Amino acid sequence: MNKSQKQQLYKIILTAVIFAVSVFLSEKFQYIYLLPYLVISFHVLKKAGRNILKGQVFDENFLMAIASLGAIAIGEYSEAVGVMLFYAVGELFEDIAVHRSRGSIKGLMEIRPDTANIERDGQVIEVDPDEVSVGDILVVKPGEKVPVDGTVISGTTNLDTMALTGESVPRFVSEGDGVISGFVAIDGLIKIRAEKEYDDSTVSKILELVEDSSLNKSKSEDFITKFARWYTPIVVCSAAIIAIMPLFLQGESFADWIKRALMFLVVSCPCALVVSIPLTYFGGIGGASKRGILIKGANYLEALSQAKIAVFDKTGTRTKGQFEIIKTVPEGCSEDELVELAAIAESFSNHPMSLAIRKGRGNGQSGQIISQEEIAGKGIIAETAKGTIAAGNKKLMEDLGINSVPGEKAATAVYVAVDGAYKGAIFLADAIKPNAKKAISDLKSAGIEETVMLTGDSDDVAQFVAEQTGIDDVRSRLLPQEKVSCLEEILKKRPEDKKVVYTGDGINDAPVIMRADIGVAMGALGSDAALEAADIVLMNDDISGLATAISLSRKTRRIVTENIVMALGVKFGVLILSALGLISSMWYAVFADVGVLILAVLNAIRMLKS
Amino acid sequence: MKKSYVFKIDCANCAAKVENAIRQIEGVISAKASFMAEKLVLEAEDDKFDAVFEEVIKTAKKIEPDCEIRAKGK
Repeated sequence: MNKSQKQQLYKIILTAVIFAVSVFLSEKFQYIYLLPYLVISFHVLKKAGRNILKGQVFDENFLMAIASLGAIAIGEYSEAVGVMLFYAVGELFEDIAVHRSRGSIKGLMEIRPDTANIERDGQVIEVDPDEVSVGDILVVKPGEKVPVDGTVISGTTNLDTMALTGESVPRFVSEGDGVISGFVAIDGLIKIRAEKEYDDSTVSKILELVEDSSLNKSKSEDFITKFARWYTPIVVCSAAIIAIMPLFLQGESFADWIKRALMFLVVSCPCALVVSIPLTYFGGIGGASKRGILIKGANYLEALSQAKIAVFDKTGTRTKGQFEIIKTVPEGCSEDELVELAAIAESFSNHPMSLAIRKGRGNGQSGQIISQEEIAGKGIIAETAKGTIAAGNKKLMEDLGINSVPGEKAATAVYVAVDGAYKGAIFLADAIKPNAKKAISDLKSAGIEETVMLTGDSDDVAQFVAEQTGIDDVRSRLLPQEKVSCLEEILKKRPEDKKVVYTGDGINDAPVIMRADIGVAMGALGSDAALEAADIVLMNDDISGLATAISLSRKTRRIVTENIVMALGVKFGVLILSALGLISSMWYAVFADVGVLILAVLNAIRMLKS
Repeated sequence: MKKSYVFKIDCANCAAKVENAIRQIEGVISAKASFMAEKLVLEAEDDKFDAVFEEVIKTAKKIEPDCEIRAKGK
């Protein structure tokens, strides 16, 4: 609790004590209630008076002032104190909840580096990260945060990337690797060269983005704000009409009807709704950032809850963009021998295929090569200790007189022959991400109805990847600009309430990301273009974040709906019952108002805990 | 020109009211206020920015005298 909250609390306790004493004394002297009334409501009365003078009539202070003064006027002294006392309790409660959530969001975002150690002329000086300029050499010791984006020039360490990516496995870096501000060095000292100033570094971009996210309001928030603008004057007018009803009805007492009007005023305070909605979205966005999912606004979180169609770019989201051996068909030797032969022949090649074949085999085979020749467009022929190895495509085999070789859809083949004898085929393909399939089923259970993949690859490859990962629909052989028109076509066909979420790497497909209802960039940490274009950024390279984000958005939406329904339901219920005269004590109205506020706020802060 | 300020105010509804009123001020291109983030982002024409900002403070104070708008400090 901060100072003003404590003051408020003392005021409430003091009022409650005086109020309790007053209850005993009230039989002899009922004006005693004015004492606790003034203690608790002085502030509200002052504000209401001031606002009336400024022409700002219809606000909560006004409602409460009129309701309590009205109660005094008809002799309901204890009710007047009660109204104000519980109103104060509600306000305090709300204030504490809001402060807590602000604090916990700031806590999640503990990525701001405090200092930077610049090395100049052999001396290390400590400066504010703001003072670092591009090209400075910085020392990052174990336990310290990388202050700006840069490149490692010496040393090695494991980096804790948890705060930024939600990824719990540390990242190992050595000379030449890029590091991002906000990563924490765990076990080694590294020197880095600053590549960006602090303001352009990832940390400040992310902090700004998260802070700004609550500026982009959700539709429900806008709705409630507009609603509140009309609602209060309407309630005040209705209350006035109720108060003068006895003029038209024979034999009714003014006191009864004025009391009904006052109940109307007390119950109509819109605070519970107005505060609980932004509080819920704030919590939702905070909970998402804790998991490495940056959401740029409550509006996107809200739209995401209506996402029904998920469109992906193949590379980066479905596949790794790296070749991998998917199948081997050896002839007269073991699979391992076959790959070994190819690896020996290709030991000097840097072709992506060769790298994939050599992967995990070290570089020991190069010693076995006597001479080697690369035949452009065909492959490699190498003289080795094991004989003349030929590794390449179909044409190379045909040159050697080997004519019938197996083929494989959606994969590229490397055929191997030793001294003119065919040894088998190795099939390589762009590797499918290990979690790609599970991510799709997660999306389906999160409510996505249709999945579409866009790719520039051939039909075969596209079909293969789609089948392997459980994608419903594929659009292949697309040029980058065609991806936009393809997405537009999807947007045109779908019903308005089915939002389309597009996920890509954010580097090549920024226009598509911007065109979608909700654009998601993944694995985009460190790419400004992606951070700029996307509405949602998955900071770690894991597509399952999308399903998590959708579940969070659904939960947020549910809580918001619950709060709107509960608050309006209870309020209208009490309004109707009091207008009909079925409940006649102002205490009901007080509890309806404050009770709803407290329940709504408690419901909203559930989002922070999830 | 776009600038962001620290914006402290008591209640969510008041923040929305202030935001709405600021948008009506002449010279304001866009204004966004967040009660939760205690932040105000104001966009106004470059040459009139200071005058507009003064008007913004006046308007905000009129709606909620206890609110606070100030430049971001460390």
